[in-house]
Amino acid sequence: MAPKGDLRAQEAAAGAVRRSYGRLIAFLSARTRDVAGAEDALSEAFAAALVDWPRQGVPQNPEAWLFATARRKAIDAARRRRTAEASSGHLRLLAEETIAMAQESASFPDERLGLMFACAHPAIEESIRAPLILQAVLGFDAATIASAFLVAPTTMGQRLSRAKAKIRLAGIPFRKPEPDEMAERLDAVLAAIYAAFTEGWSDPGGAEPSRRNLAEEAIWLGRLIVEFLPDEPEALGLLALMLYSDARRWARRDGRGEFAPLAEQDPARWDHRMIDEAETLLERASALAAIGRYQLEAALQSAHVARRRAGRVDWPAIVALYDALCGLTGSPVASINRAVALAQTQGAAAGLSALDAVADDPRLQQYQPYWAARADLLARLGERAGAEGAYDRAIGLESDPAVRRFLQQRRSRL
Amino acid sequence: MQYMLMVYANEGGFATLNKEQAEQALGAYSAYSEALKKSGAMVASDRLQPTSAATTVRVANGKTQVLNGPYAETKEQLGGYFLIEAPDLDAAIAWAARCPGSSHGAVEVRPVRAM
Repeated sequence: MAPKGDLRAQEAAAGAVRRSYGRLIAFLSARTRDVAGAEDALSEAFAAALVDWPRQGVPQNPEAWLFATARRKAIDAARRRRTAEASSGHLRLLAEETIAMAQESASFPDERLGLMFACAHPAIEESIRAPLILQAVLGFDAATIASAFLVAPTTMGQRLSRAKAKIRLAGIPFRKPEPDEMAERLDAVLAAIYAAFTEGWSDPGGAEPSRRNLAEEAIWLGRLIVEFLPDEPEALGLLALMLYSDARRWARRDGRGEFAPLAEQDPARWDHRMIDEAETLLERASALAAIGRYQLEAALQSAHVARRRAGRVDWPAIVALYDALCGLTGSPVASINRAVALAQTQGAAAGLSALDAVADDPRLQQYQPYWAARADLLARLGERAGAEGAYDRAIGLESDPAVRRFLQQRRSRL
Repeated sequence: MQYMLMVYANEGGFATLNKEQAEQALGAYSAYSEALKKSGAMVASDRLQPTSAATTVRVANGKTQVLNGPYAETKEQLGGYFLIEAPDLDAAIAWAARCPGSSHGAVEVRPVRAM
């Protein structure tokens, strides 16, 4: 067993990397545009910290130590590289970083915004922009990103490598886009922030601190974008959406740690200050009169949490919002939620036939909420055998034990 | 960094222009070249003879094959290039957009692999 001091040093190193991952990668790669090289250098620096810190003690500024070590590793790697890619130029750029670093001393500039917009550049294939931001800015591994985007992990890994090579070889700059370029690049940035948030949000018990940080970090990135673009309705909509969701974070489990679906959550356990902030942001977005996906999803949240004052959920409004969302995005996930809402206003049979309409989408075969929704609607229609089969599929696809128990209880009550 | 801007356009198009239009087209290209030179971005540039003047050579099993015509038959043909110096891809894209070729055809932007 490792001595206590070793463990503390390990935790300090892991914590420093987690807290500063995006800033370190962004600053290490801002001049060379070599994101993959920065990732390698940072992981080598992390390994060095695990050896060095237990012996020498945790440095006073762990981030600065990691940065200095990673930069030295990057210089070593550039020296080793025998390829003709102007290694001398690479070294010069790394030296410039050293100077910039020295001038900034303990705190170094935050290049994350520039890195995000480089990842969202039109020269990068559209479908890989959001995954790329997740990996470069937040340090997600390819397998986690693949599961969030419903893509095979090896495919995702290859596509990420290709995109990073493109940034470096094509010379894509790290900078804030000009106003006339902003709209098209913003979409990809917002999609990535939201994907990061949902990944962090998917740990309802709060058992994994790293995931909780992810949701917080996504909200932080959302605030950064809103500060930078105060009149962009979708940026406001996304921040509102994340705050509405985060306000319900702790209400997703009841007093005994069991799963509580939205409709059964106790509004007293919601964070009302956060909801109020979200409502204000959504109003600001609406005043700009340009509807979009995030504003619609935020409005859906708003309709759900209206229960805290009105005492009941406005289902017809929710169906109308999902209609608009399906029309806008064509997302099968939105279609499932629309079917569930439709069952509330027009009955379970209407909901089930709406669900049947999207059943052919192959992505849904492994999507737990689809089978859970199907099971619930079949149960309400008294189709016990069908409901049992659908619950079995949902239970088999769920990875969260509390949700699994909830589904098993529903099934046993049939 | 250096980027090569490769101008692809229908090579038969120029012949269909009347005198005034042809002068206008050539004027646009020479103004563009001047702008590249004045801002210090120009490294090299040439206009190519049409693909009917092209010959494609390949050596296989020690035998030289000489084929009449371009390497690939395309709807629009490589008609010229500008080799430019630009700080990053965005600057290169801005120059490509100013190139008259991107209005009557398309400009492919390729970073040069440094030796």
